[in-house]
Order: sequence, then C-alpha cells, then structure tokens
Amino acid sequence: MLRVDVTKQLGEFSLEASFESQGRVTGLFGASGAGKTSLINMIAGLLRPDRGIIALDDETLDDTSAGVHVPPHRRRIGYVFQDARLLPHLDVRQNLDYGRRMNRLAADPAQFTRITDLLDIGHLLDRRPGKLSGGERQRVALGRALLSKPRLLLLDEPLGSLDEGRKEEILPYLVRLRDEGIPMVYVSHDAAELRQLATQIVMLKRGRVTALGGVKVLTQA
Amino acid sequence: MFEISPAEWTAILLSLRVAIIATLVATPFGIALAWLLARREFWGKSVLDALVHLPLVLPPVVTGYLLLLTFGRRGLVGAWLADHLGIVFAFRWTGAALACGIMSFPLLVRPIRLSIEAVDRRLEQAAGTLGAAPWQVFATVTLPLALPGVLAGMVLGFAKAIGEFGATITFVSNIPAETQTISSAIYSLIQTPDGDAAAGRLVLISIVISMGALMASEWFARRATQRLHGN
Repeated sequence: MLRVDVTKQLGEFSLEASFESQGRVTGLFGASGAGKTSLINMIAGLLRPDRGIIALDDETLDDTSAGVHVPPHRRRIGYVFQDARLLPHLDVRQNLDYGRRMNRLAADPAQFTRITDLLDIGHLLDRRPGKLSGGERQRVALGRALLSKPRLLLLDEPLGSLDEGRKEEILPYLVRLRDEGIPMVYVSHDAAELRQLATQIVMLKRGRVTALGGVKVLTQA
Repeated sequence: MFEISPAEWTAILLSLRVAIIATLVATPFGIALAWLLARREFWGKSVLDALVHLPLVLPPVVTGYLLLLTFGRRGLVGAWLADHLGIVFAFRWTGAALACGIMSFPLLVRPIRLSIEAVDRRLEQAAGTLGAAPWQVFATVTLPLALPGVLAGMVLGFAKAIGEFGATITFVSNIPAETQTISSAIYSLIQTPDGDAAAGRLVLISIVISMGALMASEWFARRATQRLHGN
C-alpha cells in the first residue's frame, strides 16, 4: 500500500496531494504541468516534500514532522523515466545488471533471462544505448528497473517520447509487466493508455487531487 | 651539437620525475575539489574557488616564498613533517614536486570541474533510484563520464608542472641533481658564457615534451569521447 500526503512549493506552483493506493497499478492522470512528475519524484525520494508523509507498506519513507527522509538509493523503488536515462558508457547488459551490482545482490541468471525474454531485448545485450531505437531504449529501461528488484515501480510517461507506432509496440510489454505483480504507479496524460493498464486512478489538476477511484473516473476527464 | 651531456640528462629526468609525481599526487585532490566545486553548495565556496586559482594569478616568487615559510625546515608545517614523519621538502626534489603540484593545480582542476559539471545529473539520479549510494554514483557514473576532462586536466597539469620555474627556484633553489629541473638548468646555462648550445638543446627538449603532452591530451580526450558515445 502506498500512502502519500504531501505539500510542496515549487516556485509559483504549489502541489498539495493526498491519496492512498491499494491498487496494483495506480494511474496518475493529469495534464502536463499538473504536478505528476514532481509527485512521483517525491515518491522516489528525488524531491523532498515541504511537509507531509510518504509511506510504502509498513515503511515511512518521508515524514517531515519526524525528520525522516529515506534517500532514493535505500527506497528500493524502481523508476522508469520518460527519457530512459540509460547509462551511455555501459552496454545494455551492464545497464541491466547495474541495480543488482549496486545492491550487491547475487547474480540471478534465470531472472535475467526471464526479463530479457519478456521484453524481447536479449539480442541487444552487447549494444551501447546510443545504438538503440527509442522503443528499445525504453524496454531496456524497464528491464533495468525490474532487475533491481524494486518493491514499487514508478513509470513517468514511459511512452511519452515515442511516436504512435512505437507506443503500440511497448504497450503489450507494459501489460505483461502489470501481470508480473509488482505494484506500479503509472504517470500519463493519456486516458486511453491508463484505461488499458491502471486498476486505480488518481486524477491531478494544477497540483490538487481532483478525483480518486476506479478507471471509470477517467470518463469525467 | 646534439650530444646531451650527463648533467643535462639529470635535469631532464629530474624534471620528468618531479612533474609526474606532482601530477599523480595532485590528481586525487584535484578530482575531489573539482567535484566539490561542481556539485556542492557550501559556505566559503567562493573563497575556496579563489584559493585554488590563486597560484595562477599570484607572482610565482610569492607562491614559492609562501611555500618556503610554510614547508621550509623551520616552517609551521615543514618542521612538524620533518620531526614526526621524516618528510623534508626544503631544498629536495620533493619540494620541487610540491611547488609544481601547487602551481599546476588550477590548470588540473579546471577541466575536471567543467567535465563533472557537464555530466547529466539526471543520469546520476537514475543511478540513485537503482540503489547506488552517492559514492557509488560518483565512482560508476560521474567519474567515468568525466574521464576525458580528468585526462585533459592531468596532461595540462603535467605540462605546467614541467615548465614551472619561479616558485620552484624560490622554494628549493637550483641544486644540480636535486632540484635543478630543465627550466632552472636553462636559467643557469644562459647566464654562463658558453652555455648557449646546452641551453638550446634543453629548450628544444622542453618544446618536444610540452608538445607531446598537449598532443597526448588531445588523443586521450578523443579516445575517451569515442568510448563514451560510440558503439
């Protein structure tokens, strides 16, 4: 379970969001500038709330009144960025292995093969990110986040930088991922995308939560 | 004309040793400082920044004299080091290395700092979300991506160190086989009636070394860039 109750002032923009999510895939829906990315950056620990609480399952990740702030590298929250952010000096295999190495986990070849099969990236392992297409990059970023064995996976418009054709190419993989059972927070401004993926919706408008509930709240959008 | 005498060889080898040691010892400090200046905000940052650049604008003789006051036999730090660790800088080649290291430090730090500033912080954030602690992010993302700048800084620092004259001669004098580098040997030779030929040889050699260093710097930078962005 993810519990978020935070406020954050970013220049002129104020973000005040409170929601709880039990869902497997929480869709964070809103127009650009609604504060979606700031919100998941706070969940990831990349941004500190001015006030409030963020808790995942039984662990408090942020509690400003108690001075608690768990740094990103100790949260075990995977993050798939809109722009993939693969490490350019490492090949695909090293990128996929990065989280495991940093967390000093034993190699798990079976899981590695399963994820690379799931995402169809097995043939790309020796390439550098610079030689990948946009869709391939995004699939590697997904695999990289998954292989760091996160408790929660954040996806910030993972299809945002792709054209329509590419989106259709990635979407089935995201559906497969959802069925893997790792809880996800999926950020998008595309209601159709969220209808296919999300089990619960948090609607965000100009820094405020305006609706909470099942996928049907999207029809009000 | 081109017979290099043993005394000249001594000066050449000493210069190389002084510049190499100065560069190797200064590099870790340079990287740490460059990172601090590029990535951290703290009280006194502008003072530290100015301090690093001071040897660049101060008359070298002033830097040398300050070194003599600090690291000389009776200097505050020099006396302590000599008594407790047995390390002596005054009138030794180690002192020449110290002077060269400090004089070349601004040139070493600058390219490293610029290349660290150029590393995309979003990549560092991504590494953090994958479980990399800040020191791991530095070792596996920041430093490898800044490597061209580190190499460029090292070679530039080396080139400056090998040509250093003013601070070195002020601090450790001009003792053949101990502190007489190529520069101070040239200085001595051009004040000697028949020194022109020997001075000319050393001048040529110092041009060759400096050119070689600059070309090596270019080559390293190109290779590192290829490694980072190619294939």
